[in-house]
Amino acid sequence: MAEVDYKSLVHRCFRCGFCKLTYDYSPVGFNCPIYHRFRLETYSPGGLNWLIRAALVTKGIEWTEHLSEILYSCTMCGNCAEACRFEFGKDLVNMFRQAREDVVETQLGLPKLVNQFLENVYLYGNAFREARETRGDWAAGLPVKQFKKGDEYLYYVGCVGSYDSRSRKAARALGSLLLKAGVSFGILGQEEECDGNEVRLLGEQGLFERQRDRNIERFRELGVRKVVTLSPHSYNALKNDYPGDFEVLHYTQLLRDLIRAGRLPVSQRAVGKVTYHDPCFLGRHNGEYDAPREILRSIPGLELVEMERARNTAFCCGGGGANFYTGISAKGKDQASNARIWDAANAGAGVLAVACPVCLMMLEDAVKSEGLDDKMMVKDISEILDSGT
Amino acid sequence: MTMHDDPVYQSLVDIVGHDYASNRPEELFIYSVDSGTEGPRKVDYVVLPKTVEQVQKVVMLANRYRVPITPMGANLTLNGLGIPVNGGIVLDMKRMDRILELNRQRKYVVVEAGVTQGKLGSYLEKDCPELEHSRPEAPPMATVVGNIVIRGHGYLSLRYDNNAHHINGMEVVLPTGEICNIGAGCVSPWPFCKGPLPDLTGLFCGWNGTTGVITKLSLKLFPKRRILDVVGYAVRDVELVPEVLCQIAQTDMVDNLFVVGFASASHESQKHVTASITGDLDEEIEYKKAVLKKIAAGYEEARVRFDYPVWAPLKSRFVEKPPYVTPALAADFEKGGGFRYCGAILPVDKIPEAWRKGMEIAHRLGINFSAGIQILGYCHSTMFGFVYPFNRAEEQEVERVRKAMRETNEAVLQMGGIPWKAEVAAQRQIIEKMEPNTHDLMKKIWKALDPNGIMNPGNWCK
Repeated sequence: MAEVDYKSLVHRCFRCGFCKLTYDYSPVGFNCPIYHRFRLETYSPGGLNWLIRAALVTKGIEWTEHLSEILYSCTMCGNCAEACRFEFGKDLVNMFRQAREDVVETQLGLPKLVNQFLENVYLYGNAFREARETRGDWAAGLPVKQFKKGDEYLYYVGCVGSYDSRSRKAARALGSLLLKAGVSFGILGQEEECDGNEVRLLGEQGLFERQRDRNIERFRELGVRKVVTLSPHSYNALKNDYPGDFEVLHYTQLLRDLIRAGRLPVSQRAVGKVTYHDPCFLGRHNGEYDAPREILRSIPGLELVEMERARNTAFCCGGGGANFYTGISAKGKDQASNARIWDAANAGAGVLAVACPVCLMMLEDAVKSEGLDDKMMVKDISEILDSGT
Repeated sequence: MTMHDDPVYQSLVDIVGHDYASNRPEELFIYSVDSGTEGPRKVDYVVLPKTVEQVQKVVMLANRYRVPITPMGANLTLNGLGIPVNGGIVLDMKRMDRILELNRQRKYVVVEAGVTQGKLGSYLEKDCPELEHSRPEAPPMATVVGNIVIRGHGYLSLRYDNNAHHINGMEVVLPTGEICNIGAGCVSPWPFCKGPLPDLTGLFCGWNGTTGVITKLSLKLFPKRRILDVVGYAVRDVELVPEVLCQIAQTDMVDNLFVVGFASASHESQKHVTASITGDLDEEIEYKKAVLKKIAAGYEEARVRFDYPVWAPLKSRFVEKPPYVTPALAADFEKGGGFRYCGAILPVDKIPEAWRKGMEIAHRLGINFSAGIQILGYCHSTMFGFVYPFNRAEEQEVERVRKAMRETNEAVLQMGGIPWKAEVAAQRQIIEKMEPNTHDLMKKIWKALDPNGIMNPGNWCK
């Protein structure tokens, strides 16, 4: 992400509200997940800009716990940057991140769970306060090896895929697929460190740099040349915020290439109607909309249907910016993930395919809380593919 | 008393739930200002109702505690009309966001008060492409009801006048809490027209929320043609603009008639008249173009030049998809996130005088000036927008624009016009010129409708 000076831009926000909608004003609903959730003008990109200006630039209002919650409710999904019609709009996510950096640096006060998230990463190398030794447990029973010099790919799993019980299944399915395709790869297991994507988005630049440097050092020691990530969040950090001396692929890009090359045969199966949810850090942040769809379309017996809000107008699952952990905006009946499940149901899909462990976690919970678990399954593309190869 | 002990706050929480009521400083700050140069003004509570019953309960609560209520849509008037004048409750209506009924044959749609222009427009485009509503030059977050309340206009206003003329009926919560149905829907099962009844809708349009809260609206829809195109006229001499406009309107071939005027640093000016034409056949469009071209033929080309195709950035304002974008961009002309405009409702023949006055004020105060003029109802009137951009980070610039607004409002009144969606100061200027009996009638209506004076007091000198 490019650096911007939020203090020189933030007053240019007009609070016109384009940022709350999809680019084409879909009548389905507001596309800013925090505005969708809270509906107060404070919880919107325009509200954030005006509060940031008042609290951090003109010092017209005091910093409070509630203000901190508002600032950290943002999932950094990037819809505002997509929908804003002004030149500075493309920098909105960076502006919010920079403001958070100032909050961290000046110790104004963070929400308790944001602090806890950062502390966990600092102390344990993961957000979940889990033991480092169990980081590779998702691969138990699979002949997945530790990465060694000469392996073509480092399979970087990330914290959520390593520790969240639901997402571990996706991590495992991807490992299984890479083995089936005969890909030369290895993992870091307990040597893997948090990629720092959320840490950076939360404004803890120092901790991010520590995570980045540790990973880079290990990558260089091992001679890593190509990294394939399970998570779009890892993909975003490694691709955009790490030094570019290795190639980074999201796993859907690698699997697409393997299918094209005939290295991953895909068999007929009765999957029925499937819709695909674009993860924000794969889609809007990195422009990859086609690889996941190409994979799904290659599966015989699978009918891909689109939700009304798709690709660059996709609605966030609500988990980004560490909200999957802090739950600041991911709580209550009106949280984004619940609405997203209905987008999928209204598209007539029986399976909601995802390509992100955070989305998997958030949307699986939403299916249950909305009582749709007998009508819809949430599956990672790796799981869909692994069950039929 | 802490914010949690506050009985009004607790009652609001009981009505709408904890998530949708606030008396926290952050919400009070955001709702105390808008994107123009008004405010901040004191706000005590913010509440977001979901149902008409919740609105009713909030109104009854406000009566019990004598707390003012200010209904708010998207707060995009730029003139502070969504900000309380005397504190109290801001009633943010945007959670009431359902499109309740579409009747294609009877050509109307029923919406709740929080439905946005963007939502209605994209809904119609998808589910009812043969009909449209008259969309205003506002961002897509602007609410349909908010536009009606301020007697706003839109891109069909040449044919059908301002959008308050498109009302079939409405549901309102009166200042004393009764829910009242207005229009044919109070007798018939359907809100398909106003009916041959006393037109009570006028009690709620232009009153700035001082007479009640509109919760539902039945709105007329109009045929949408397959092809939309724009022709233009570059008019060198502003004195010619009224007669050119009247000739265009006389053809009855134009759906929207708009004038854009820019003043350059040297104060050489350009005035571009744009006329939107629609049709279902290419031949229809060609015929209309030919007729409209003839108007320019009556002048020397140096004075009035027919433009086709119209300069692309100008054309996009009227044909862009998705719509609503170009006018909003005025907010960043100065890289500063702000503009104000005095939208003067003026007779068409006053355009030259208004143009010169706007130029004079802007030149004297050292600010930029442009004009956007929407022609209403076959030149029955015009909305002359004196547009003044500013940089929000420069307080002196903001103050100059405030001064320009005051002077412009005064000049408009002297010209015999009336500032539209007037800010509180401009309302006072208007009332100073208003015949006393008219303002007395307004007071009698308030007294009858709002005995406790809770509905947005401070507006119209209430």
